[in-house]
Amino acid sequence: MSQLLFFTLSAMTILSALVVVFTRKPMYSVLSLIVCFFTIAGHYILLNAQFLAITHIIVYAGAIMVLFLFTVMLLNLNADSDVPKSGKLRIAATITAGMLFVTLLASIKSTTLGDFAFPPASDKGLVQHVGQRLFTDYLLPFEISSILFLSAMIGAVVLAKKEKH
Amino acid sequence: MIDWWLILDKVILIVVIFVVSLAIAAYSTYGERKIAAVIQDRIGPDRAGPWGILQPLADGGKFFLKEDITPKDADKFLFILGPSLFILTALMTSAIIPWGKSFYFGDHEFSLQVANLNVGILYLLAVVSIGGYGIMIGGWASNNKFALLGALRASSQMISYEVPMGMAIISIILMSNSLNLREIVDMQQGFHWNVFYQPLGFLIFLICAFAECNRAPFDLPESESELIGGYHTEYSSMKLGFFLFAEYINMFISSAIISCLFFGGYHFPGLDSLNMSPNIAAIVSICVLFGKIFFFIFFFMWVRWTLPRFRYDQLMRLGWKVLIPLSIFNVLATGAWLTFVK
Repeated sequence: MSQLLFFTLSAMTILSALVVVFTRKPMYSVLSLIVCFFTIAGHYILLNAQFLAITHIIVYAGAIMVLFLFTVMLLNLNADSDVPKSGKLRIAATITAGMLFVTLLASIKSTTLGDFAFPPASDKGLVQHVGQRLFTDYLLPFEISSILFLSAMIGAVVLAKKEKH
Repeated sequence: MIDWWLILDKVILIVVIFVVSLAIAAYSTYGERKIAAVIQDRIGPDRAGPWGILQPLADGGKFFLKEDITPKDADKFLFILGPSLFILTALMTSAIIPWGKSFYFGDHEFSLQVANLNVGILYLLAVVSIGGYGIMIGGWASNNKFALLGALRASSQMISYEVPMGMAIISIILMSNSLNLREIVDMQQGFHWNVFYQPLGFLIFLICAFAECNRAPFDLPESESELIGGYHTEYSSMKLGFFLFAEYINMFISSAIISCLFFGGYHFPGLDSLNMSPNIAAIVSICVLFGKIFFFIFFFMWVRWTLPRFRYDQLMRLGWKVLIPLSIFNVLATGAWLTFVK
């Protein structure tokens, strides 16, 4: 049952990720990225990590992608307003993408593919356990990252204020 | 391995909740028009059936029979996706609401909650945070400036009011030590309703619920005097019906959530001292919850016909400069109270 779900979800993830890249319409690209995030959240639920799944949806699908959609809507990007790319740009893009491809290929080759098996159901991903670990073993990194977020927020406010003067 | 009884239970419950949500949404439109009429000293709908009681059916029939127009330059697929997504997210939240105590048929327990998630409250926040997509997609796909403006207003309003709403919920979580909605409800057994311990949190949550539902005085996304119809300007027939329907479903679900989080859900003082058999107690608890829900639906309508609409800058100022600081203060005060006093 969960294997069937896993393969369905994986197919959907890959398909929606491909649509993000290949579609000519920015709006569809953003929307299929949202679908992609939902399928990844589905994978988390299969691993019994409910907290991670829900947080993933709240943060990525609920907050970040809304801002993406906002930008696309305001710029009103269309397929016909697509700027034609120059030859130089195309060559540069091919080289960069090719290099990334080689790196990925190398890293995939060096990993050994074990037997495909589902990890035994564990309750490690439940919110109680995640919270316990965060506030005991990983307290310092947790607090430091919260300070990082705070400074990012203050930075955004400062930048927004600057533009007025 | 697969528990067929469980699946059958859940399917029955989902169908019942779906039908009840639609029925309540339909009759809320009737209720709204009657309440508006009383407040404005009019009679209200009285043609279809006795006291106009069949008015929602007439309205629904009209929605189905009207011509369905799609604008020429609209994005066909997204134009249909918008209202569908909006009504889908409106219906999704009802999955985590505990509607009452369990029924018992012999040894078989029939739980009145579709999904008893241990991250129930976060699920609520997740659905709220994706709730704006329907409006945004619909407004953009219409290819109309007014619709786009309405959609932008709706989404920025929803993002802004999600933050204090989440903060108000955090203080509830602190009080009850759980993210599970049933546990939060059961915590308030007797008369220990959260509204007495979290009056400020309740006020913040209530205001945010109004803003998230796009209800007056925060109905700027569809303010007809500036934006014609807002995000649904180009919609007609049942697609428009979906948008309007979803608004009433949202109102119903928000009322249910407010009752569960702050007013004890299906509990009322003295419920346990009556010594009823479990099945009778279940029926009574459902009635109690729906009584609270109907009061809040009435409250939503009462406010709409009493308060004038905000201006957009006032709305944003209220959200960011008043509600967010207040909600942060509320979280800190709750934390301090739990640490030092209790």
